[in-house]
Amino acid sequence: MAQSSFNPLAQSNDQAGHRMSRRNLLRGAALGAGAVTLPALLSACGSGPGGDKKEVSVGSNASDAVPKEAYAAAFQAYEKKSGKKVKVNTKDHNDFQENINRYLQGTPDDVFMWFAGYRMQYFAEKGLLTEISDVWKTFSGFSDALKAQSTHDGKQYFVPYYYYPWAVFHRKSLFQQKGYQQPTKWDDFIALAKQMQKDGNPVAFCDKDGWPAMGTFDYINLRLNGYDFHKSLMAGEESWTDTKVKNVFDTWRELMPYYQKGALGRTWEEAGQSLQQRKTGMAVFGMPHPGTQFPENERDDIDFFAFPEIDAQWGQDAVEAPIDGFLVAKKAKNLTGAKGLLKWLGKPEAEDTYLTHDPNNVAVNSGADTSHYSALQKKSAQLVSQAKQISQFLDRDTRPDFASTVMIQSIQDFIGNPKDVDGLCKSIERQKKTIFSQPVG
Amino acid sequence: MALTFPRRAGRRRRRFTRRDAVVLGVLLGIPILLDLAIVWGPTLASIGLSFTAWDGIGDIHWVGLDNYRNLADNYPPFWPAVCHNVMWLLFLGLIATPFGLFLAVLIDRGVRFSRFYQSVIYLPVVLSLAIVGFIAQLILGTDQGVINTVLDNHDDPIDWLGDSHLNLWMIMIAAGWRHVGYVMILYLAGLKSVDPALKEAAAIDGANERQTFFRVVFPTLRPVNVIVGVITVIEALRAFDIVYAVNKGRNGLELLSVLITDNIIGEASRIGFGSAIAVVLLVVSLGFIVTFLVQELRGARER
Repeated sequence: MAQSSFNPLAQSNDQAGHRMSRRNLLRGAALGAGAVTLPALLSACGSGPGGDKKEVSVGSNASDAVPKEAYAAAFQAYEKKSGKKVKVNTKDHNDFQENINRYLQGTPDDVFMWFAGYRMQYFAEKGLLTEISDVWKTFSGFSDALKAQSTHDGKQYFVPYYYYPWAVFHRKSLFQQKGYQQPTKWDDFIALAKQMQKDGNPVAFCDKDGWPAMGTFDYINLRLNGYDFHKSLMAGEESWTDTKVKNVFDTWRELMPYYQKGALGRTWEEAGQSLQQRKTGMAVFGMPHPGTQFPENERDDIDFFAFPEIDAQWGQDAVEAPIDGFLVAKKAKNLTGAKGLLKWLGKPEAEDTYLTHDPNNVAVNSGADTSHYSALQKKSAQLVSQAKQISQFLDRDTRPDFASTVMIQSIQDFIGNPKDVDGLCKSIERQKKTIFSQPVG
Repeated sequence: MALTFPRRAGRRRRRFTRRDAVVLGVLLGIPILLDLAIVWGPTLASIGLSFTAWDGIGDIHWVGLDNYRNLADNYPPFWPAVCHNVMWLLFLGLIATPFGLFLAVLIDRGVRFSRFYQSVIYLPVVLSLAIVGFIAQLILGTDQGVINTVLDNHDDPIDWLGDSHLNLWMIMIAAGWRHVGYVMILYLAGLKSVDPALKEAAAIDGANERQTFFRVVFPTLRPVNVIVGVITVIEALRAFDIVYAVNKGRNGLELLSVLITDNIIGEASRIGFGSAIAVVLLVVSLGFIVTFLVQELRGARER
C-alpha cells in the first residue's frame, strides 16, 4: 500500500487527475464516501437477526478435516433428534484462540468450543461466560475430576466432550524389530534414548510451533515435583528460581543429546512424519499428533507408554490429558437453545457419534460406548482412568498471557541454549511477577 | 508526492465562489476527517494506553511508566527485537538496495537477454512477504527443505530456520530477494530517463566509466534515490509478515512489530504493554520521517 504512492508510475495518474472535471471529482468523492460507509452498513446487517429460537449457532475451532466432519455428524444427530437447527461457524484453530477476547466481546455464537481448566476459568473470572450449573444437574457419567475442570468458583461453565492423553508414542513394529522395551523408570528411558540415538533413529523432538516441548516440561515437572507443585507453579504461586524448577530443566538436559537435531526449525507435523518413516524412535506427543500423521492402514502400529517415573514418591500418578468441550458466552442470544444443545452434548451418545468419526480422542463420559474403540483408544482410556491426577497442559493450566509471551520463548531459549538454567529461571520469575501482578478482569 | 512541491510565488491569487469553497471543504474535509479518525486517533490512543495495564475487557489501570520500565529491563525479547530491526534496516540499506542498483545498471547497459533478467528479478515483487516466508520454509526446512535434502545431511541437519544465530540472516536474504527486484525496477526507470547527452558530455570531458556514473549519473537520480531510501526504511520498520509466517517471530526472529502483535492481539491481551512497544516503534519511525521531511523541505527550498 505504502509503496504504491511512491511509485514513479503513480505520477502520471496524478497528472491525469488534474485534467479531470470537477463533476467527475465530486462523483468520485460520493463513491468514496459510499465505500467508506458501506462496510459499516453491511456489518450492521450481519448482526441484525438472531432472535430465531429454532436455530443455535456454534462457534467452532475444529478447522482440521477429521474433527470438522466428526462435529458435523454430531450436530446432525442433534438436529434430527430435536428438530432444531445447528448453524456452525468454523474458524481456523489458531485464529479462533488468538481472537477469543474480541470474539467474546463482539457477537459470539450461542455455544463455542474451548478448553477445560484454567484457560476456561480465566474467562469465567472476567465475566464473559454464562453459568450452566442447571445444565450440569442433568448430567451423569462425569467424574469429580472432570467436574472440577469444568468449575470456577463453585459454578459450572464447561461441558467436557473428549480428551486425549499425552504420553511417549512410538511404532510397535520398530520396538519389536530393534528389541526395545517400554521403560517405566527414567534411567531406563534415558538408556533407551541413548540406544535409539546409536541405532540412527533418535528421539523425535520439535518446538517450532512453540507448544510441543511444553508437554515434556510438564511431565518432568509432574514426575519430579508432583501434581500440586505443578498446579501452584502454573498459578504463579511458586518461584521459578526454586531449585525444584531448576531440577526440571537439569533433568530435561539429560535427554537433550539423544533428540533429533534442529528441533526449533521443525513443526510437530514433521516430527510426527519422522516417527512414521522410522527415522525417529519415539516422541512425547498428544494422542492425535502421531495419529493424524500416520496413513490410515498404519495407525494400528502406533503404541505408547506412560511418561516414566522419576521420583518414586510421585510414581506415574499424574497424566496430562487436555479436555476439549463447550462453553456458552455471556452474550449468547439464544440461551435456551444453547442449553438444550449442551444438555445433549453431555450425553454419552453425543460423544459416541463424534468418536466414530474421529478415533484420535477418547470420550469423557463413563457411559460412552467403548466397544468400537481401537486398541490405542482403549489403552488411552485406561491410562487416564488409572491416573490419580489429571493436568491439562502448560498453556491451559496458566494465564494465557504468561504462556504465550513468556513460556513459549523461554522454553525455546532453553532448547537453543540448555546450559544457562539459572539465567533462564531468573528471567522467567521476573516476568512472571509482572504479569501475575496485573489483575484479571 | 514530495517531488511536486507547490511553487507558491508564481501563483495568481483568485477569489473562490461559495460553491468552490463548499467543494473544497468537502474534498479536503473528508480526507482530513479520515486521517484524524484512522491515523491520529489510534496513535493518540496507543500513547495513552501505553501508560496503563488493560486486558481489553475489564477496567483500565493507570500504571505510569511501569510498562516502559518493564520493557527495557524485564522483557527479554525487546532488545533483540530492536537490534533485529536495525540489522534489517542495515541489510536492506547497505546490501540489498546497492545490489538492486547494481543490477539496474547492468541491465541498463544492455546485457544480452536483459528483458528476461529484468522480468525474473522483478518477479518476486508480486509476491507478498508472507508467501516469500512460505517459500523460504520449503527451501530451508530442517527435514524436508530443498537445501538439506540436496546436502543429504539427515543425521546432523543444518537448522536454517531454527538456529537463532542463522535464521535472521536466512530470512533477511529471503526478504532481500524481493527488495532487490523492487529497487532494481525503480532505478531502471530512473536510469532510462537520464539524458544520454550528460554521459556523452562527461566522456568528452575525459571522465572514465566509474566517474561518469558516480559524479554525473547518480546525482541526477536524486528523486529516485529519495524514493528508494523511503521504501527501504518503510520495509525495514514494517517487516512482519515474513517472520510471522516462518515461526511467529520467535527464537531469533523477534521484531518490534511482532512483539506488538503478540501482546495486543491473541489471548494474552496485554494491551497497555503492547501499546508501549508500539510507541517505541512510533518514535523510531518519527525519527526517520522527520529527518526525511526536513531534508526534503530544505532541498525543495534550495532548488
